[in-house]
Amino acid sequence: MSIPATLKYTPSHEWVRLEADGSITVGITDHAQALLGDMVFIELPTVGKSAAAEEQVAVVESVKAASDIYAPVAGVVTEANQNLADAPERVNEDAYAAWLFKMQPASVADVDGLLDAAGYASEIGA
Amino acid sequence: MTRRTVLYDAHLQAGARMVDFGGWEMPLHYGSQIEEHHAVRRDCGMFDVSHMCAVDIIGPGARPFLQRLLANDVARLAQPGKALYSAMLNPSGGVIDDLIVYFFDSAHYRIVVNAAAADKDLAWMAARLAEWGMDMTITPRRELGMIAVQGPSARERAWQALPQCRAASAELQPFFAVPVDDLLVARTGYTGEDGFEITLPTQYAPALWQALLEAGVRPCGLGARDTLRLEAGMNLYGQDMDESVSPLDAGMGWSVNLDGTRDFVGKTALIENGQHSRLLGLVLLERGVLRTQQNVITAHGAGIITSGTFSPSLQQAIALARLPMAVATGETVEVEIRDRRHAARVVRPPFVRHGKILV
Repeated sequence: MSIPATLKYTPSHEWVRLEADGSITVGITDHAQALLGDMVFIELPTVGKSAAAEEQVAVVESVKAASDIYAPVAGVVTEANQNLADAPERVNEDAYAAWLFKMQPASVADVDGLLDAAGYASEIGA
Repeated sequence: MTRRTVLYDAHLQAGARMVDFGGWEMPLHYGSQIEEHHAVRRDCGMFDVSHMCAVDIIGPGARPFLQRLLANDVARLAQPGKALYSAMLNPSGGVIDDLIVYFFDSAHYRIVVNAAAADKDLAWMAARLAEWGMDMTITPRRELGMIAVQGPSARERAWQALPQCRAASAELQPFFAVPVDDLLVARTGYTGEDGFEITLPTQYAPALWQALLEAGVRPCGLGARDTLRLEAGMNLYGQDMDESVSPLDAGMGWSVNLDGTRDFVGKTALIENGQHSRLLGLVLLERGVLRTQQNVITAHGAGIITSGTFSPSLQQAIALARLPMAVATGETVEVEIRDRRHAARVVRPPFVRHGKILV
């Protein structure tokens, strides 16, 4: 199970990459995509949406189940990955390349407070 | 404590993700349930269905017992090996289980019941036998395993793995079974494709599984089994019907035989209560996935989705839904998914049979 050391994580299985411009890119972890199985539909957040930390902003649906995706930190959604609308299976193929949305965090310091790779690994018992 | 079938090790070896299904640890998929689904529609796949329970009903009282126990009439079975689908009802007309009856002779039938309902079914049957006092025995055959081989090339692959069965089963018609030595080869299934369900002593099951693998048959899990049966318009017990639902409201009216003077458990209730809903198909006209228990809004009142999924064959979400009687196929209805309503078209199931999209 891949857990890149360069990313931050949430206990609800989102991965978070802090970009040079202070924005964050968010997706779901390899562990999460494996649990959910074949992805068939992704409901992306609306650009401009303000979200509190841990607020539900998106939904990924596999054949098996629907799963809520949460804002890892408070902020505003700045971009949604529309490429996934026609190809949700990309999340299964490479969970860390198939990002779901980008946010401008209210405070970059909040990102530091997320789990690191070792913390996420112990969270999922890996 | 979950139970395991004799093929548990074979599943792990094939990379299965195991899940609890009705008290049994069963494969959900072996990597991709969508690829497994397509394998069955286009070529061939196999399922371990050893968790299902075969029950032999043997003795001169077998036929009158089953005629009184089941909503369908086993008197319709005249040719040896013929199979019949039926509901087993409670006195208020709710479905205790749905099952297949195989007829061997008038003093020997075999029924195959759902895994999760097997203990309940056996207790119910034993109690009815005690009450009615027929001269017969009820014998669960837990020492038998079952492998379903399904798909357009399933029979050919099965014969490659079991050459001794080819002659006896080459002319076997759909919904018939034939015994071959210790095996029972039935041309039945739960996918809407051609194929066999092979019942055999559990000790032979791992070797047959291996031989089928070598013949190029792809192992398929419960995930693909569910999308295949839903596309084929087949009910799943516990989802599309249960003890609180009449078979008439669950799209099983075709398997209920109310003719003549034959009395069976639940018949009076069915006649008194009549039919109040229809089980029809839905195809979602927008992006999204239909799921069980989602509300359906129609021009004729409310309905509910009993089984929903994403159909790998249609590349659209499909569902079975219990809808008001006045709803007709071709109508557009709305389904509540989370906080929004989505348009869906009402269709008559099945959605897919023998690899062809029918809606």
